[in-house]
Amino acid sequence: MNPAYSIIFFTTASGTGYGLLALLSAYALAGDTAPNGMRLLALGLAGVLVTAGLLSSTLHLGHPERAWRALSQWRSSWLSREGVLALACYVPALCWAWRLWSAPGAGAPWLALASGLLALATVYATSMIYASLKTVDAWHRPSVTVNYLLLALASGALPWLALRHWHGAASGADALLTALLLAAAGVGKWRYWSTLDASEPVVTTGAATGLDRLGAVSSLAWPHTERNYLLKEMGYEVARRHARRLRRIALACAFVGPAAGVLVASLLPPLAATALVTLALPALALGLVVERWLFFAEARHAVSAFYGR
Amino acid sequence: MTMLPETTGRKLGLVIDLDTCVGCHACATSCKEWNDAGHSAPLTDYQPYGAAPDGVWFNRVHTYEVQTPAGSKTVNFPRSCLHCDNAPCVTVCPTGASFKRAADGIVLVDADKCIGCKLCSWACPYGAREYDEHDGVMKKCTLCVDRIYNENLPEESRVPACVAACPTGARSFGDLGAPDSPVSRLVRERGGYDLLPEQGCAPVNKYLPPRTSAAAARPLERKVDNMGSALLRWLDKVLT
Repeated sequence: MNPAYSIIFFTTASGTGYGLLALLSAYALAGDTAPNGMRLLALGLAGVLVTAGLLSSTLHLGHPERAWRALSQWRSSWLSREGVLALACYVPALCWAWRLWSAPGAGAPWLALASGLLALATVYATSMIYASLKTVDAWHRPSVTVNYLLLALASGALPWLALRHWHGAASGADALLTALLLAAAGVGKWRYWSTLDASEPVVTTGAATGLDRLGAVSSLAWPHTERNYLLKEMGYEVARRHARRLRRIALACAFVGPAAGVLVASLLPPLAATALVTLALPALALGLVVERWLFFAEARHAVSAFYGR
Repeated sequence: MTMLPETTGRKLGLVIDLDTCVGCHACATSCKEWNDAGHSAPLTDYQPYGAAPDGVWFNRVHTYEVQTPAGSKTVNFPRSCLHCDNAPCVTVCPTGASFKRAADGIVLVDADKCIGCKLCSWACPYGAREYDEHDGVMKKCTLCVDRIYNENLPEESRVPACVAACPTGARSFGDLGAPDSPVSRLVRERGGYDLLPEQGCAPVNKYLPPRTSAAAARPLERKVDNMGSALLRWLDKVLT
């Protein structure tokens, strides 16, 4: 599948934003006494990441001015549900931010709970856009959903930990939680790649044409000499040559490096710890972009079979 | 509305005979010609005279080689929208632009509602949908909805352009929901099949398999013609 940059940015940025929001919500419900300013900053950061991602997602549309129409078909379409949930999430999150700003010290458990649940529900809907497609075998599996949720939480945990470091409010437990989430996300992705490598193409040329009833089928001539929409959008093959190396880069930058970094940082004096955790942020961003690029570029669409690929 | 109709009054579709298709691409070019001025017009071409010409087509003819027990066989394979009963391209559409008509089962795109997100083309296993970069909307086979009901055309012309163009009669059009329609009988008699039934799309269009001949083709006999003199013929015989 063609890895569109707008969609890579959208799913990674908004995933991080929603993960951050979900963690903030969990911390608030667990009775965290972090300073109000820090929580407002985190809410603001989540809002910026989510909003930038959502705006980016409209960039790949043929008619962005009609994007509002995508809110109408929530009864059947996961893409529509994602849009509805994303907008719905703004309501409690903005109310929560207003509450933190206007009434410092006051708890708002219901707003926190609603924000967190809607944030996770939006990530779930995003993952289901892919997981519901039978045509792309690499996506049509429950692990895709698990990975999207774990990646959102892990990538949201790191900026939250960095914020706590900046405010001198990071504890060993915060570091441990962040490292665990990063490790879980990394293991999830590793297992996903392993099962992917062990699976055979589900749709072969013989099965797609139904001609396998006669014998072995191979493509003799395409309908067209040049690449068409189908091959450009769904026949993307560039990545597969570099997939191994890119996977290692993604694992090291997004999961192993940051997880080790936050654990080491918890043993360091505050200034060095803050610097180390802050340095892990750009590594995480790079690792996530590579991971998401592979998610698209490595996925084979059933229509490839008609072209003998 | 992207909920699928529970049932459709008729199931209009095509039956494509892989035995008689000669791979002339007349169906594809005739489709392009009609639809370039039809319901989803234009079917934009990019760089038509450039280095890498590309464009929107609703019908594409592949050619495959099949290794049968009786020898290698060339099969031409036209591929277009199958107007599925359980069309995933319709249900994934976030705007309601993609829809299946309850009256006749034709799957269409409302170009005024399409936002060009391309998700429908991802959901289709048959590669039936092609995005028009110029118009920013998705396009697909309309089953020539602007021909089959067109009272300005003589009755015999009220069939999809691909069906009218096929020189070998490899394409038939009709109601596949009516058990005794000519197309349904054809499917029964020739063992017509669904493409990729495991994808769960319940396609309406059916494909008729190539006939298998009982006898394998005989290897070509080496004929010695115009060999000139009797001496050369004798030498040829000795050396063979």
